[in-house]
Amino acid sequence: MSEMKKIKNLKEFSTSADRFEGANLLCPGCAHSIIVREVLNATNDDLILSASTGCLEVCTAVYPYTSWDASWIHIGFENGSTAVAGAETMYKALKKKGRLKQPERNPKFVSFAGDGASYDIGFQWISGCMERGHNIMHIVLDNEVYANTGGQRSSSTPIGSSATTSPEGRRSYGEKRNKKDMISIMASHHIPYAAQVAPNKWKDLVKKIQHGFSVDGPVFINAVSPCTTEWKFDPKDTMHLADLATDSLVFPLYEIIDGHELNITYRPKDLVPVEEYLAAQGRFKHLFKDEYKYLIKEWQERVDANWAYLNRREEARV
Amino acid sequence: MANKGWDEFEIGAMLRTFNGKIDDIVGTHQENRAYSENSSFVASVADWRINKPVFNKDFCIDCQFCWVYCPDVSIISRDKKMIGVDMDHCKGCGVCVEVCPTNPKSLLMFPEKADEETELAAWPAKNEEKK
Ligand SMILES: Cc1ncc(C[n+]2csc(CCOP(=O)(O)OP(=O)(O)O)c2C)c(N)n1
Ligand code: SF4
Ligand code: SF4
Ligand code: SF4
Ligand SMILES: [Mg+2]
Repeated sequence: MSEMKKIKNLKEFSTSADRFEGANLLCPGCAHSIIVREVLNATNDDLILSASTGCLEVCTAVYPYTSWDASWIHIGFENGSTAVAGAETMYKALKKKGRLKQPERNPKFVSFAGDGASYDIGFQWISGCMERGHNIMHIVLDNEVYANTGGQRSSSTPIGSSATTSPEGRRSYGEKRNKKDMISIMASHHIPYAAQVAPNKWKDLVKKIQHGFSVDGPVFINAVSPCTTEWKFDPKDTMHLADLATDSLVFPLYEIIDGHELNITYRPKDLVPVEEYLAAQGRFKHLFKDEYKYLIKEWQERVDANWAYLNRREEARV
Repeated sequence: MANKGWDEFEIGAMLRTFNGKIDDIVGTHQENRAYSENSSFVASVADWRINKPVFNKDFCIDCQFCWVYCPDVSIISRDKKMIGVDMDHCKGCGVCVEVCPTNPKSLLMFPEKADEETELAAWPAKNEEKK
């Protein structure tokens, strides 16, 4: 087991030498790369990475350039998790046969994918990786929409959000189905670790990533990734949106150990009304019309109910 | 590699980020790495900017919020000190200015064409209304 990188505070964290480069083509203010930087900088170990098709992949591997200073593979939309699982299996086999040139190194295998690539199109591939027990980490950059192809809804898109395939209009308030509870589904594979993270809570994120790297077996991480283009807010406000997401409990931060032990890792001191979170984004603008205001009330009720549910699970250790 | 068209790209080819080998990548900062022509580090997105951040070190407390939240690896921090902005890779999003906690801020946005010296000389004073 390699030694864990010591990161006591932000000053210490800032001495990290990034393994991700700028002049990629992500939008100004995109949270995907903020999350990626925090994850990569959480470890000193070698990295074997993959990215499924989506904004992160498309914008960081534009020929003749790559923005990655680590081994990085891309195959398709659905199988980034499997690509990394294959690399991990090969690594294990070579290690067993004594054919690794540097067996003392402890590479970490990480798959990055969007919510479209994870909740929908790569769903069975990820499930397979979790079930087979690979020593990999799958990280969802959850912007709740197929951003790279112009904002189609995914099964992560929340109720009332206007997406190009579920637009608001005279007869519709936008998306009508509930967001899939992917963390519960993944935890139900009885994997050693599943957690939700947010880029604004960098310390919580780093702690969870480090814990994920320390366990033996698959790890699932859902990271909220405010998308300036599809959520429709000013690029400068990305971290403000992340704050609203965690402090309104729309994205509560918690972890599930071994499929059942749930711990809430962040309890906001000043709760933000869900209405404020919704009001900060163009994709929910229409909900503030008189005829749709009941949806804002329902939103708050859903968030409250989910928070109560998480608290009950934490207490009951189930 | 760079002279090849996309359809001349061999199957199984790899883009190498560095010329030669770096043994201790996590101990080697950007200025000491030999980037290859295939790393986006050698490219620039400076022409994306409409506004640019200007850094005033007089008010900076080296909290490193700007470093951790810059999406584009454009806040240069070394030895726990913020030392400047990488103007080849900064896209001018303004996130660093929003997260800077000092009063007055140590980073502010100005039009791309603004003169840095002039803006630094006319830096706003402490805003007393802010808590
Ligand atoms: C099998 C397949 N279906 C569809 C596409 C087209 N496609 C490319 S990226 C993308 C959207 C990605 O959305 P998501 O995974 O949420 O990532 P984001 O861009 O939002 O970060 C789609 C639909 C594809 N490349 N492959
Ligand atoms: S569309 Fe959204 S996720 Fe994609 S690069 Fe732009 S901000 Fe990032
Ligand atoms: S304006 Fe944006 S890209 Fe430029 S240094 Fe600030 S946070 Fe980074
Ligand atoms: S956020 Fe402001 S005070 Fe903190 S290091 Fe950056 S410039 Fe300095
Ligand atoms: Mg998405």
